Amino acid sequence: MQIWEPTYECMPREELEQLQLERLQATLNRVYKNVTCYRNKFNEIGLVPEDVRSLSDLQKLPFTTKEDLRLNYPYGMFAVPLREVVRIHSSSGTTGKPTVVGYTRHDIRTWSNLVARFMTAAGVTHDDVVQIAFGYGLFTGAFGLHYGAEAIGASVIPMSAGNTEKQIMIMQDYRTTVLVCTPSYAITIADRMEKMGIDPKSLSLKVGLFGAEPWSEAMRKEIESRLFISATDNYGLSEIIGPGVAGDCEQKCGMHIFEDAFLPEIIDPETGAVLPPGSVGELVLTTLTKEAFPMIRYRTRDITSLDYAPCACGRTMVRMKKTMGRSDDMLIIKGVNVFPSQIEEILFAVEGCEPHYQLVVDRQGAMDVLEVRIEVTENIFFDEMKRQRAFLEMVEKRIDSVLGVGATVKLVEPNSIPRHEGKADRVIDKRRL
Amino acid sequence: MLKIKNINTYYGKVHALKNVSLHLHKGEIVTLIGANGAGKTTMLNTISAVTPPSAGNIIFEERDLAGLSPDRIVKLGICQVPEGRQVFKPLSVEDNLHLGAYLRYRGREGRAEIRRDLDDVYALFPRLLERRKQAAGTLSGGEQQMLAMGRALMARPRLLLLDEPSMGLAPLVVQEIFRAIEQLRQERGTTVLLVEQNAKAALRMAGRGYVLETGKVVLEGLPSDLLENNDVQRAYLGKDKKEIWER
Repeated sequence: MQIWEPTYECMPREELEQLQLERLQATLNRVYKNVTCYRNKFNEIGLVPEDVRSLSDLQKLPFTTKEDLRLNYPYGMFAVPLREVVRIHSSSGTTGKPTVVGYTRHDIRTWSNLVARFMTAAGVTHDDVVQIAFGYGLFTGAFGLHYGAEAIGASVIPMSAGNTEKQIMIMQDYRTTVLVCTPSYAITIADRMEKMGIDPKSLSLKVGLFGAEPWSEAMRKEIESRLFISATDNYGLSEIIGPGVAGDCEQKCGMHIFEDAFLPEIIDPETGAVLPPGSVGELVLTTLTKEAFPMIRYRTRDITSLDYAPCACGRTMVRMKKTMGRSDDMLIIKGVNVFPSQIEEILFAVEGCEPHYQLVVDRQGAMDVLEVRIEVTENIFFDEMKRQRAFLEMVEKRIDSVLGVGATVKLVEPNSIPRHEGKADRVIDKRRL
Repeated sequence: MLKIKNINTYYGKVHALKNVSLHLHKGEIVTLIGANGAGKTTMLNTISAVTPPSAGNIIFEERDLAGLSPDRIVKLGICQVPEGRQVFKPLSVEDNLHLGAYLRYRGREGRAEIRRDLDDVYALFPRLLERRKQAAGTLSGGEQQMLAMGRALMARPRLLLLDEPSMGLAPLVVQEIFRAIEQLRQERGTTVLLVEQNAKAALRMAGRGYVLETGKVVLEGLPSDLLENNDVQRAYLGKDKKEIWER
């Protein structure tokens, strides 16, 4: 498999850390001078950029949150005059005001290159025909992948989202080899093809680049087996750059974060403390090369863990696990951080399919108790009480060993867990009521 | 090859370099650009220990340069060509060049080897050969620049620190000087840290660049990216921040 920029992607760690330090210091010098919000934040704690002398000194700096972006709506966080900005994107304002991000001409070039890196890692070459089924617009996804594919020299079909049947027709007629969309839309396409009686093997598709929403390994397997493609994940968020923060290599053992451009940290979402490598926590990112919209310690709210072990693909850049949900979903049970997705993973492993479940947290006396309710399905229905009990005990044991928190597991009637828009209410926390 | 971390240098009370970090790979031409007083020359003087840093590390080929005197640093393979050439004007061209090998006369290296290096310098700058007996003070600016570089090369540096080599020279001569720098890199793998007021020319030749502003690095990157950057343009056009700052 090709590597787009081996000089950076395979850089020995010692060299990489020097480059990161240089770029971090330059970024801090620029934001301190040009962005009032950062200058105020640093002044508040009596810090000047010169106080950052090593990568670990980054921990002295305050976090940046979505709230800061809203307070400085629309252009307050820009580090260059608007005249130098060649593109403006915005994230959806589902909760309050949207956030606005900008790119200089150089930022667009950086962005194209970073996207080209993970597209190349996924196996895209200049011979490919890339169908982009992300919505073009204020959302960064479509443009990011578009630029990356063009940088590689592939043929881009800017389809935009929606109109599934037309998507399939173009896929057939234009002999699309690479599909870019959300993982859930890939399933929708597979479903529709099934309905229309189209054999996915008759298509030219070979690679899928899926992102913009969290998805599980189970979903990867489903997409791969139904569309007969290699399904790869990539990660990004518009506040940082859009797609191009990290992406799968052919090993599919975690997404390489492009560390020459972004400095990752994992923190405890409750305390803000930086956690040692390998811990599960919230991803915090600092941009190292952005001009228009640099971010210092931006809290992504995405939960993941980092793996610094060398990767068989030859890239030296750290790998992040698939995101395991949002830090806003995190529960603290007996002082342990628990994410619903962790339990989902366990249930998937023992059941073999996505179950409907519900977590009920309560407090008995001073003790937190966790109850996991699972809807009975064919797979886990047993006539014998003895086998039923053995199954429940096995699940309890797995939860205890993975989470470090004991739980009682209960089977409940099918369809007894209330659903909203097809999704079950995953968590009931009675402690807060 | 050269790795610099958190350098702080003072001129008396003036804090000339504030936490500067930079690096050079072997065989790379890296340029430092910035307005007057940004700290470019100070950076070179700091590396060559003419003005040693008050804090920070300079690692050259795995070796910490802290506390070393300028002559030790020359011996390790770092040579500076100072701003304004600073040739020994009453001495002949050839004597100037011999002085560049001053440290080597005390070593075990034979004079034959120094003689060979002299021939190499003459091959690089044929004009110096023509004027070898002439007093350095009678040379033109461009020839003095060639002499200053030749003198540095006589110490057999692996890292060459060049301070404003094009200053005050006619464009044709500048081309000749820059061609020699490129030739050095290609033929001998000499690493070059180049400080230039002529940013455009320097960036055209360099593989990478750093932008200094009031003693701090504000940008690092490829020459093509730096050239179109407004910070860089401001540093050279002398435009005030407020003039181009619009909200």
